[in-house]
Amino acid sequence: MLGATLVTAQTGPSGKIVHRIYVEKAEPFVRQLYLGFVLDRKVERIRVIASAEGGVEIEDIALNRPESILQEQVDPAVGLQAFQARELAFGLGLNIKQVSQAVTVIMGCYRAFRDLDATMVEINPLVVTKDDRVLALDAKMSFDDNAMFRRPKVTEMRDSAEEDPREAQAAQFGLNYVGLSGEIGCIINGAGLAMATMDMIKHAGGEPANFLDVGGGASPERVAAAFNLVLSDKNVKAILVNIFAGINRCDWVAQGVVQAAKGLRVPLVVRLAGTNVEEGRRIVSECGLPIITADTLAEAAHKVVAVSRAGERT
Amino acid sequence: MSILIDASTRVIVQGFTGDKATFHAKEMIEYGTAVVGGVTPGKGGQTHLNRPVFNTVKDAVKLTGAEASLVFVPPPYAADALMEAADAGLKLVCIITDGIPSQDMMRVKRYLRRYPKERRTTIVGPNCAGIISPGKAMLGIMPSNIYLPGNVGIVSRSGTLGYEAGAQMKALNIGVTTSVGIGGDPINGSSFLDHLMLFEQDPDTKVVIMIGEIGGPQEADAAKWVQQNMTKPVVGYVAGLTAPKGRRMGHAGAIISAEGDTAAEKAEIMKSYGLFVAPSAAELGSTVALALAKVS
Repeated sequence: MLGATLVTAQTGPSGKIVHRIYVEKAEPFVRQLYLGFVLDRKVERIRVIASAEGGVEIEDIALNRPESILQEQVDPAVGLQAFQARELAFGLGLNIKQVSQAVTVIMGCYRAFRDLDATMVEINPLVVTKDDRVLALDAKMSFDDNAMFRRPKVTEMRDSAEEDPREAQAAQFGLNYVGLSGEIGCIINGAGLAMATMDMIKHAGGEPANFLDVGGGASPERVAAAFNLVLSDKNVKAILVNIFAGINRCDWVAQGVVQAAKGLRVPLVVRLAGTNVEEGRRIVSECGLPIITADTLAEAAHKVVAVSRAGERT
Repeated sequence: MSILIDASTRVIVQGFTGDKATFHAKEMIEYGTAVVGGVTPGKGGQTHLNRPVFNTVKDAVKLTGAEASLVFVPPPYAADALMEAADAGLKLVCIITDGIPSQDMMRVKRYLRRYPKERRTTIVGPNCAGIISPGKAMLGIMPSNIYLPGNVGIVSRSGTLGYEAGAQMKALNIGVTTSVGIGGDPINGSSFLDHLMLFEQDPDTKVVIMIGEIGGPQEADAAKWVQQNMTKPVVGYVAGLTAPKGRRMGHAGAIISAEGDTAAEKAEIMKSYGLFVAPSAAELGSTVALALAKVS
């Protein structure tokens, strides 16, 4: 199995290469249960979810046996209470011996969620053995990136071999990068504007190659790192830089862009707006490089899609 | 009129003496905002930008009559700063800080409920660009010159998309009563719904534009409320049609993980509740113009 490609519901259709295997003693069981903890954005609390129908995806349980799903919300002021865990355990139809073990598991998972700043903990299946033991046969956790500054032990467990090397490289420069399959590279400030610009490219008939937010302080070093990242994707046929400067000043961003654009292998479209926009546009237009400029979002998207196609024909 | 802030709102800055806070406090003062002081624990008694610095928010409130604050405190101390502001009785706290743990915000939201509704603090943010009532006051980090005073309310999760809306409207000679950034985190101090309620009550606001993105149930909840309670036209837009499932798109809260999280689903929900949905981010201004034509 080591080194082979494993395809499961979690890996997606292309699967993942198996680098590590965890071996445990086999345990025959009589029942499979589901236990999950999530950060519920609607109620702004941790929600505990349990079901007697374990062993399958929670989405399938919700679809086929919604009445089997039990839920508890945790009051952040006092945390999960033992009575809530007992209600869940009895609700799962466990006998008294099993209940006390299930309560220990539920309370333990909650503490792990709280103390490690998780966003999700899932035990599926949680099994009951013939001799009344309650065991976790699987465990999955997701963590809150924003809280990793205070969870060094979780950060240590991060396995960069399992991550897209471009995304790991982006993180080093404080950039947010998500690789996609299109042909137009994007360098944008602000996550919302970045998503909206990608949508705009699609609207104009192209496909974005990536999401990239250069963030608040777009220094020349960060802009250069952004260009390197985007260009490391060989599918990229044109680049769109879209900066609406607030904290960033356009003139400063423009200097970084002009620096990074020297000797570029693909066409570049730049749209600048916001603080010091006139000065920024002047720097771009007077730099002597073949940079295509645009004043509005729509103009920028249409121009970059057009030049990416022109590149295809030659 | 405007919502949340105007020229008379007395403002303090928490984390006042830091570089970023200093830069933006200067801009706010130049814009005409009544910045009356600031808080940096340990620097009480000093003067910064010709204004007094206090050790605690309570001291600042007692001596300056401050009603609102802008918070630049770094993530590990941000929740503490928010609770301090709430306990000191500030009506409004706007927090720019990006990177606050979700569980901290969960505790802050729970903490606010200690106080009766009449004196409960409204938190705007975190991870937002702030609030501006053009021509009156600014409590944030936005470029102030891209907004005209006028009668459209803006409420946006994304800072830069809020700028985009303000600038497109200005190009069409359409102005703004107040623009509010609610922030890109999974748990916000206040929601689309909270601010739509304020815009509905504001006599000068004729149309509101809400700018959402992928992830979370907020846009759908707000859209439902609009259909049932709002007398003013609302324009909607949702960013992230091209965002892949399960990937975090920059903002901590921008991730498709549950049903109803996608941009297409949210835009469809907005349409079904009667909002004017902007077909793309390039048509925020023109869709607002369309909605304004209905009310005048």
